[in-house]
Amino acid sequence: MSETASTPEKQPIPKKVQKDPRAKLFKPEISFILASSPHFHASASVPKIMWNVILALVPAVIMAFIYFGWASAGLILSSVSAALLSEMLVNKVKGGGFTILDGSAAITGLLLALTLPPTFSLGGAALGSVFAILIGKHVFGGLGYNIFNPALLGRAFLQASFPVKMTSWSWPLTTQYVDLDGVTAATPLGLFKFEQTTTELTGLLTGNISGSLGETSALAVLAGGLYLLIRKYADWRIPLSYLLSVFLISGIFWLISPEVYPSPVFHLFSGGLMLGAFFMATDMVTSPVTAAGAWIFGAGAGLVLVLIRLFGGLPEGVMYSILFMNAFTPIINRYTRPKFFGEIRA
Amino acid sequence: MSEMSVSAANTFHRGVHPDEFKAMSSGIRSRELPLPEEVFIPLQQHIGAPCEALVQKGDTVKTGQKIADSQAFVSSPVHASITGVVRAVAAFPHPLGGRVPMIHIVREGEADEWELLERPESWEAASVETLKHIVREAGIVGLGGAAFPTHVKMSPPEDKHVDHFILNGCECEPFLTCDHRSMLEETDNILTGMSIIMKMLKIDKGIIGIENNKQDAVDVMQSRVDALQLGFKVQPLKVKYPQGAEKMLIAAALGRKVPTGGLPMDVGVVVNNIATAQAVYNAVVNGKPLIQRMLTVAGDAVAEPGNLTVRVGTSFKTCIDACGGLKSETAEVFMGGPMMGLSQYDLNVPTLKATSGIVCLESSQLKKVKQYPCIQCGRCVGACPMNLVPTRLARFAETAQYDACNEWGVFNCVECGSCAFVCPSGIPLVQWIRVGKVKVTEKQNKVKAEA
Repeated sequence: MSETASTPEKQPIPKKVQKDPRAKLFKPEISFILASSPHFHASASVPKIMWNVILALVPAVIMAFIYFGWASAGLILSSVSAALLSEMLVNKVKGGGFTILDGSAAITGLLLALTLPPTFSLGGAALGSVFAILIGKHVFGGLGYNIFNPALLGRAFLQASFPVKMTSWSWPLTTQYVDLDGVTAATPLGLFKFEQTTTELTGLLTGNISGSLGETSALAVLAGGLYLLIRKYADWRIPLSYLLSVFLISGIFWLISPEVYPSPVFHLFSGGLMLGAFFMATDMVTSPVTAAGAWIFGAGAGLVLVLIRLFGGLPEGVMYSILFMNAFTPIINRYTRPKFFGEIRA
Repeated sequence: MSEMSVSAANTFHRGVHPDEFKAMSSGIRSRELPLPEEVFIPLQQHIGAPCEALVQKGDTVKTGQKIADSQAFVSSPVHASITGVVRAVAAFPHPLGGRVPMIHIVREGEADEWELLERPESWEAASVETLKHIVREAGIVGLGGAAFPTHVKMSPPEDKHVDHFILNGCECEPFLTCDHRSMLEETDNILTGMSIIMKMLKIDKGIIGIENNKQDAVDVMQSRVDALQLGFKVQPLKVKYPQGAEKMLIAAALGRKVPTGGLPMDVGVVVNNIATAQAVYNAVVNGKPLIQRMLTVAGDAVAEPGNLTVRVGTSFKTCIDACGGLKSETAEVFMGGPMMGLSQYDLNVPTLKATSGIVCLESSQLKKVKQYPCIQCGRCVGACPMNLVPTRLARFAETAQYDACNEWGVFNCVECGSCAFVCPSGIPLVQWIRVGKVKVTEKQNKVKAEA
């Protein structure tokens, strides 16, 4: 339009740059966001996942309070607050904003507390949390980069530092033994290992037995675990393969010699297996991302667990079985690349 | 129509379910946009060799006159979309970014004089070669987005045995409803276009794949297929993104998997979009080259969302203004849907043959997520329709491990955006994967150059 109308006589200075005929249109009235696709996002976020895991632990926390009273509340508070304070300390040192609201540090503290004996000291619980956050998580680079489950690493640290206190148990408040102060209780797995006594299944399910805070009631843990699976906050393959592997391998031993080895059902519902299978093995950061990897991870953890329980020096092996498989997660990821859509493998 | 003839809904593995937002435009009859004052027609609107302009500044052109062409087989000519005078052949802003050679035509008066293509009396009697020639001369390209020249698709090599044609009526991108409206408003023309395509391919098995959120389209198509005794199978598909991706659609409708790095014809299938079938009809039966198409203008930043039939080269601004204009809170405007669309910064860019929609969103709808480190949750793995591990591909690209990127199949990625859509850490996975593709290609070219 303007281009054809311009005449050379009226323009003493020749135009150096050819004017875009639409230059006047080029001033945007509104400035827009420029972004790479996709421009849409599902409502998922890291904090949403983390706080849902905490929500799923509420039944186990309630059962811990019912069975072990204020001791449980003290341990949980001490452990969680130590985890949050450690996270804040790291934030302060490292910079880059406060991350305690993402919920991951709170989960570490809570999970660690739930694996402690009810008689454990509050200071010890806090120490374990500090170790879990500082060494277990941030030394490796923080959220998303740690190799081992921080809560379990914290527990392993406590186990090594306080071997006696970490294996001193008490009876739940709801049992008749409650007033017998000073009587040391034993966990069902300990009873079996050292005294060849089995525990009733109802006790294992409801949790009216001695054991770690959040591990005694298999049903409460299972309820929270199923919530995670249904809401897709955990990969169902991991608990399934872990439990299946424990059931099958311990079942083989039981079939060979039922007098020497406990039944697979006892294995499933005793100790920390349910808590470990649904809340620790499923820790996203430290478990494989591929479907095949998840099956291998769970199956491997199950094998290690049964071997420790049956032939190791310790009555329980959930912690070590998961930590052991955590170490293999990077290599499992590397060797379980899914077949591409339409890929024909030789 | 009989319930019996409708097949049960199928789908492909994995994928995601974004909110659809289709209701704002799917129920409104499409409108024809008045002739624009001016158009900017890019010389290249297809995959393949670029065209050279056949006109120069000052030439008078008629609607439908061929204004650029190429000698190459994999190429497609472009036509004037209005009657007027060529004002310039120069580089102008393009919706894909940057400046691209375009032909600027300004309308003269109210006239809309068409120059039609030579066409046979009846398409049934015409030879396959004649039909392919018309499709080429009409400048028809895949209108679903990729813009691959249709006449090339209609000429599979001798060694490929094609036995099925699938008409893609999935329209799985949120907001877009132009294929839906076309199916309702132009049912018979689309079916005729499909018959012509199948004649060119010399096959008789045709499937129309439609997501079952468009039940009215499924019903209308089924009843017209029955009435016209065409024998096509109308296949409803369960709503899932990205079902409209060629490979996913073939898996959903036929259960066949296109091999890695292969084309649909490797499994005996050719897929075309609804709009492409309609363009084939317009060219072969009416002699009209591809100079207009239906597109959706939608989003909460648009006052009156709807579908418009627009001439190729009309500016985005003209289309948006015809739908009531933009609200002042507009945050993002893109060409295409929100999953794969391209952000725009200048609304004077022209619509292309393959522009299926202009979506304008307010910031509230964008749901940008705060970025966290990857927590290895594996949701991207569970969402990827190509069965890749996006988190690893992104990390390989980020840490410059380009060999690993290639080994883990970076080139299989169709950039559908499902991974980034579900990522709870808000990681721009697709963006990293694109970086990976570019870097792997650079590296491969370097190796080739040295050898």
